[in-house]
Amino acid sequence: IFINNEWHDSVSGKVFTTYNPATGEKICDVQEADKADVDKAVQAARSAFSLGSVWRKMDASERGRLLFKLADLVERDSAYLATLESLDSGKPFLPSFFVDLQGTIKTFRYFAGWADKIHGSTIPTDGEYFTLTRHEPIGVCGQIVPWNFPLVMTAWKLGPALSCGNTVILKPAEQTPLTCLYIGALIKEAGFPPGVVNILPGYGPTAGAAIASHMGIDKVAFTGSTEVGKLIQEAAGKSNLKRVTLELGGKSPNIIFADADFELAVEQAHQGVFFNNGQCCTAGSRIFVEEPIYDEFVRRSVERARRRTLGNPFDPTTEQGPQVSVEQQRRVLEMIQSGITEGAKLECGGKAPPSKGFFVEPTVFSDVQDHMRIAKEEIFGPVQQIMKFKTIEEVIERANDTEYGLAAAVFTRDLNKAMTVSAAVQAGTVWINCYNALTCQCPFGGFKMSGNGRELGEIGLKEYTEVKTITMKMSGKNS
Amino acid sequence: MAQNGTIENGVTRNTSPPPLPQPVKIPEIKHTKIFINNEWHTSIKGKKFPTINPATGVKICDVEEADKADVDEAVKAARAAGQRGSEWRRMDTSSRGRLLHRLADLLERERAVLATLESMDTGKPFLHAFFVDLDGSIKTLRYYAGWTDKIHGKTMPVDENFVCFTKHEPVGVCGAIIPWNFPLLMFSWKIAPALACGNTVVIKPAEQTPLTALHVGALIKEAGFPPGVVNIVPGFGSTAGAAIASHMNIDKVAFTGSTEVGQLIKAEAAKSNLKRVTLELGGKNPCIVFADSDLQSAVEETQKGAFFNQGQACTAASRVYVEEQVYDEFVRLSVERAKNIVIGDPMEPQTSHGPQIDQHQFDKILALVDSGKRDGAKLECGGCAVEDRGLFIHPTIFSDIKDHMRIAKEEIFGPVQCIMKFKTQEEVIDRANSSQYGLTAAVFTCNIDRALSVSAALEAGTVWVNCYNALHAQAPFGGYKMSGNGRELGEYALAEYTEVKAITIRLSEQLKL
Repeated sequence: IFINNEWHDSVSGKVFTTYNPATGEKICDVQEADKADVDKAVQAARSAFSLGSVWRKMDASERGRLLFKLADLVERDSAYLATLESLDSGKPFLPSFFVDLQGTIKTFRYFAGWADKIHGSTIPTDGEYFTLTRHEPIGVCGQIVPWNFPLVMTAWKLGPALSCGNTVILKPAEQTPLTCLYIGALIKEAGFPPGVVNILPGYGPTAGAAIASHMGIDKVAFTGSTEVGKLIQEAAGKSNLKRVTLELGGKSPNIIFADADFELAVEQAHQGVFFNNGQCCTAGSRIFVEEPIYDEFVRRSVERARRRTLGNPFDPTTEQGPQVSVEQQRRVLEMIQSGITEGAKLECGGKAPPSKGFFVEPTVFSDVQDHMRIAKEEIFGPVQQIMKFKTIEEVIERANDTEYGLAAAVFTRDLNKAMTVSAAVQAGTVWINCYNALTCQCPFGGFKMSGNGRELGEIGLKEYTEVKTITMKMSGKNS
Repeated sequence: MAQNGTIENGVTRNTSPPPLPQPVKIPEIKHTKIFINNEWHTSIKGKKFPTINPATGVKICDVEEADKADVDEAVKAARAAGQRGSEWRRMDTSSRGRLLHRLADLLERERAVLATLESMDTGKPFLHAFFVDLDGSIKTLRYYAGWTDKIHGKTMPVDENFVCFTKHEPVGVCGAIIPWNFPLLMFSWKIAPALACGNTVVIKPAEQTPLTALHVGALIKEAGFPPGVVNIVPGFGSTAGAAIASHMNIDKVAFTGSTEVGQLIKAEAAKSNLKRVTLELGGKNPCIVFADSDLQSAVEETQKGAFFNQGQACTAASRVYVEEQVYDEFVRLSVERAKNIVIGDPMEPQTSHGPQIDQHQFDKILALVDSGKRDGAKLECGGCAVEDRGLFIHPTIFSDIKDHMRIAKEEIFGPVQCIMKFKTQEEVIDRANSSQYGLTAAVFTCNIDRALSVSAALEAGTVWVNCYNALHAQAPFGGYKMSGNGRELGEYALAEYTEVKAITIRLSEQLKL
């Protein structure tokens, strides 16, 4: 447990185990944080945030320098971190190195650049007054991150929080604590003052709940399931009205028109749902294909899915690793079973291969009806649903007929279709002729029950500042 | 438990200060040619010019002299480097940021060498060059490195069935003409925002001080900027500078220098191709010291404001208005403090005052000082050249000045402080504003209402309260009235280096949902 730039055992003495999902074997034990450890961390973070502290008195540009240094250190150790990430999460090593590590480094660098550009305003108010606003840090921010992109999610959380001058208590997922803890060592090496970042590995119902309901934490940011997101927001309300941002689940529609670049659409739709072993909040798990090209699209998607190589994450030819845990594997298999039971056509895959680890075969369903569980519920596994549509009005309505609203995509060559559909779809990110094109420069977040607030981009800063208006009486105002 | 960084893991920090940086022995000036397309060129006409060390009067070296033909070559290179489809235009904005960051790192690596070169070429004390000029240059590059991928256009809700958004594109080929008083700092102030916004640059350092710019040329290449993105054309204003201002294939010119030349540049820009123009010009910057100020601090700040860089700053605090009640004390303290100024070899650590840049400036300053004496101002100290010491002038203080005197109205650009008396707030605001200039100003008071109302009333692009020369890369800088057009630094500079394109897409009526 990382508090005040030091390594601590848990107050309770408890430890928990983290496993390699490709083999099912234990990697190591990790100290398990619970409420008492959260209390210690809050004390440290609160102290580091107090007026007059090193962190509060630091030039904003210097905060930026520290974040740049952190990015450089992550880059230095990127091979090690990518290995650790693959070991702990089961994601294939090459994507871990080229996608997760690059995303992490770029996000730290992007927010490093914002640190001394967080502007308030001066405002021409009525009356003999002069008014300005300060965009101050909120204070102590609790951050709970998931197991699907442990390192990237850590950067998405720490980047803006630290750029704006907050102090942080971060809880990595219990399935994947290792890379986040390594970042703790780099935070210290980079020169962040003690107490600015504290890392508490542990479980949701204990450490996570302690954070959500803590009276001494000013904001909580959570990425995970919609179900838990609701609990967090409730706890925040019941405790001290801490500010809440949520990045939750999705059942993102991918709409393929007949005039699309066919090859591109098949490949993007495939990657859109299968990337990261299907474990993405943005997974394009409802693929609506325009009638004229439907049969061919299904045929080609099945062909592609059959070619998807399942295996050891450290084998460079592996495209798909295991699901992160036995629980996740069971859930995915159960959803697949429901698809079969409810009458969807299982085109390929559908079961766990006979091997160690928590693998699920790349699975494709066609003839999926909108009422089926596989069409409505988030599966979070390598399962692709392909539906048919006739008209643009119909598909927009069906795409929007969900409580989720995280992402969506449109594949078409036609300018009008692209502009119209992207405007009509209720999703925080709409991709046109691409999928999962995420960069730290652009805001990301959910409509409806896919979340509250936005991460990344300039707008991401808003969630980590508290605006103070200062109005001074002055004589002789002139415009 | 460690608390707030004061004690880390039980180890107390070593609190002795680090040793002062030292000038570096430079056996040979490596970069003396024209820099185009990441290559070093001799001048097309075969001309060279000398650059002199003003502290010794000795020539440092000869430098290739760019003229119109060389500027044409530089513009060609810059235009090609900035074409649609070029490496520079296709580069990710975050990668542009990485390059600027890398350049800042290289300046940091070469900090002592650059400070030494700057000191040799300008006469400014080495420690000032190291701690002020180099610090500012590095920080400016880092500040703009952070902006490159944050230059946002907007989407806007227009009437009827349209999608409308803006893109903030690079302007194109930007000419920059910079002065000799802060050569490297001005170089950074120009290239940083220009490159951050994706432009390409043709930059002319002053003929008195070409060396640090050329050294940075080598670092620009080392950092990995594509060829043609930055081109450096050392030469004279009336030839190379004029060629830039009137070039038909340069899209924007940024000039820092005298108001007189600024006017010529703006006229040339208009007559040629209406290139966009930003100007940072002269100043006759007023300080207003109220009786309720921290007087000792006011004396220090205003004097630093007047004498910093041997008075060779557009921000020079060359008019100080002191409230009647504390006037005599202020003058006394100022004269007292001026005695602490150490005139000497700029390379020596204790030196705080070096020579003026050249004979022309030297003569101009002394002529104005003489006019002050003739007009009846009271010479409190200094007022003449340092005996047997070339271009050095004693820090000079005048009191009992009337507003009509030349030393009260004209920019001196030398180590001359003029102290005047005032009675009321309204009077001094009027007198402070009675100038065609409007670059900076300062107010010294502890009263909050006075600080706010006086700063609101002053016609100056920067108003300092209880400080002077507090310049930061994050905050905009520029002049009201004839002190300039436009702003440098901060987010504001980005507007001067982008061209806004609005794209409006009509949606088919049939698909209206």
